[in-house]
Amino acid sequence: SRASSAVLARDNYPLYIRSSPTENELKFHYMVHTSLDVVDEKISAMGKALVDQRELYLGLLYPTEDHKIKYGYVTNSKVKFVMVVDSSNTALRDNEIRSMFRKLHSSYTDVMCNPFYNPGDRIQSRRAFDSMVTSMMVQVC
Amino acid sequence: MEAAAGGGCGSGPPLLLSEGEQQCYSELFARCAGAAGGGPVSGPPEAGRAVPGAVTAAAGTVADLFRASQLPAETLHQITELCGAKRVGYFGPTQFYIALKLIAAAQSGLPVRIESIKCELPLPRFMMSKTDAEIRFGNPAELHGPKAQIPYSVTEKNTFKRMDDEDKQETQSPTMSPLASPPSSPPHYQRVPLSHGYSKLRSSTEQMHPAPYEARQPLVQPEGPSSGAPGAKPPRHQASLIRSFSVEREPHDNSSNYPEEPWRITEEQREYYINQFRSLQPDPSSFISGSVAKNFFTKSKLSIPELSYIWELSDADCDGALTLPEFCAAFHLIVARKNGYPLPEGLPPTLQPEYLQAAFPKPKRECTLFDSYSESMPANQQPRDLNRMEKLSIKDMADFPVPAQDVTSDDKQEQNKARLALKSTVDEALPKDMSEDPATSKDSNSLKARPRSRSYSSTSIEEAMKRGEDPPTPPPRPQKTHSRASSLDLNKVFQPSVPATKSGLLPPPPALPPRPCPSQSEQASEAEIHPQLNRAPSQAADSSPTKKDTPYSQPPSKPIRRKFRPENSATENQEPSSTVGGPASAATGKPHTAVQKQSSKQKKAIQTAIRKNKEANAVLARLNSELQQQLKEVHQERIALENQLEQLRPVTVL
Repeated sequence: SRASSAVLARDNYPLYIRSSPTENELKFHYMVHTSLDVVDEKISAMGKALVDQRELYLGLLYPTEDHKIKYGYVTNSKVKFVMVVDSSNTALRDNEIRSMFRKLHSSYTDVMCNPFYNPGDRIQSRRAFDSMVTSMMVQVC
Repeated sequence: MEAAAGGGCGSGPPLLLSEGEQQCYSELFARCAGAAGGGPVSGPPEAGRAVPGAVTAAAGTVADLFRASQLPAETLHQITELCGAKRVGYFGPTQFYIALKLIAAAQSGLPVRIESIKCELPLPRFMMSKTDAEIRFGNPAELHGPKAQIPYSVTEKNTFKRMDDEDKQETQSPTMSPLASPPSSPPHYQRVPLSHGYSKLRSSTEQMHPAPYEARQPLVQPEGPSSGAPGAKPPRHQASLIRSFSVEREPHDNSSNYPEEPWRITEEQREYYINQFRSLQPDPSSFISGSVAKNFFTKSKLSIPELSYIWELSDADCDGALTLPEFCAAFHLIVARKNGYPLPEGLPPTLQPEYLQAAFPKPKRECTLFDSYSESMPANQQPRDLNRMEKLSIKDMADFPVPAQDVTSDDKQEQNKARLALKSTVDEALPKDMSEDPATSKDSNSLKARPRSRSYSSTSIEEAMKRGEDPPTPPPRPQKTHSRASSLDLNKVFQPSVPATKSGLLPPPPALPPRPCPSQSEQASEAEIHPQLNRAPSQAADSSPTKKDTPYSQPPSKPIRRKFRPENSATENQEPSSTVGGPASAATGKPHTAVQKQSSKQKKAIQTAIRKNKEANAVLARLNSELQQQLKEVHQERIALENQLEQLRPVTVL
């Protein structure tokens, strides 16, 4: 099955997008883009109270298609992580998704710790980040 | 026997593996997979978790294995892509087997294609370099075994066993100890068996010699040091993969086929790194912040992505700062990269912080630097460096008797032995504690002096390194303080209060006695010479700093010119005076030579004065230009403000 992850910057441009398998990336880009609206809506709905770890369960965005389930996650610096999985897998995996987002987040902070990484750059083949994400998505498949 | 590629997601072509291949591949795979837990590339544990239902091999281990096949990097890349690992993102059994087949194909000279693997191929050859060997068991230095020869097969197995060790520290248990047997240095031994092992793999069927191997196991076990559970070893030893690598070997001088070890830091390199670290951060036990390190490493002129990658590799704890071992690792990677070595996929174990920490505890001073080298540096480093640098001496080393020692798990024992091998004069039979090691430290000093002296003429990597060292950091320039100028303190010049400098420099001039003309009596001229000499430097100092010192600029120049005249006049005066005789002659005798000395001193003084003047001039010129710049800016601001004022004025009027 398929899984995809995306990291979006504060200004909603993509820092990292990875699908596994790698086809359909364009579609995934589109999905991420459309999901941003929902994400922003949820963030603003939170108001001033910034929560540490918000999980954004968007549910079925494409009910007619492969039942892709998208999950969102926003950090305190408004960096967004979006994950798309096939709902053909186990549907009840809230904790797993949470842990995956946590992993994503921690890998992202590791990337940020690299002084050669300018925030806002694309996360380009970060050895640790990319491999972590890929392996994570593979597990989901 | 055909063995379809195992594992779940295999989508490559059906593999035809012979029995031998099957065995070999599965063992290799088990080895790589076994190292998945402790391999160098191990992200968070969850990330390393195998795909459910299949085993994956750690990419780093696999990469090392592939590199050991000594194929060019592009070929390896092709192979990786072809076997599908890139596609699926991991090395499952399928991919691994395909890759091995492709490696065999490439080594046989066939093009790297899927079709190539359909035919019968020999087994892939892996020249296991010391790198891999030591990767497998971390610190190989514990080769201090007292006893005799234990076949290298043991070493190898242990080597490969190590990979399964989660705990690298544990691997330092010298079950490899047996190799201590005399001739060459321990690492020398390791190299032999490993290359042998694999070459055997290729040359024949897998002549497994489980019997000799296992026979030695019990031998090895008791010798194992306290650390590491010897009891745990037997079960590990059972892995069949060991057998495949057990081969009979003979020691032969393989210093020739010792591969260049790019990932190991020599002492000189380490010293250099430490010095650089100190230049950035005086406290060696602290760390360098990310931005500081970034600036520093950017000087190496590597591309940002590469530097970023190197940082990723070296900052093990991902804290955005580099401790000393991390810094050394990063620096070493940069140096290696500059010399053309491709960056590794994972941090080589020899560069990992624990390893570096154990190998080189942070020294507090230079002396302790040496002490730490001597005490904690694994012997394999020392003899290894010596091997590299003194290849001829390997045979010499073989002649040195190595006294038997009790086996302890100390690295120092290792070093003791190694040092003994080289310097049989020192009696180091007794285990020495780290603290009480003056003799060995001295030995290590002299020991290091030898390799160091030769290293400068040796391996290209070091020369290249020295070249590579230059871009990252130019040697620290001496301070701009003028050591010569005792009287001229340029720092005063830079102080914002110029009048203060003036006043600081003015006193000397008033102290000058009036200038007598040379035509005066000899005594007067002689007297003049002395004070002139004394004055000359201070006068030069006076003249240089301030242009406003015009009233004094003339007098300073005059004595400079006049100095020559007084010299001549003095000599002239003295000569006729000497003919006069009497007390004058005695007096002139001394002054005569004194004058000559003084004249040379004067010249020097003049030259230094000139230099100082020039420097001060340059400084002042710069200052001037800066001030001019500021003046311009201020002017512009003023104009802008005035404009604003004018604009506002009519409004207010209305």
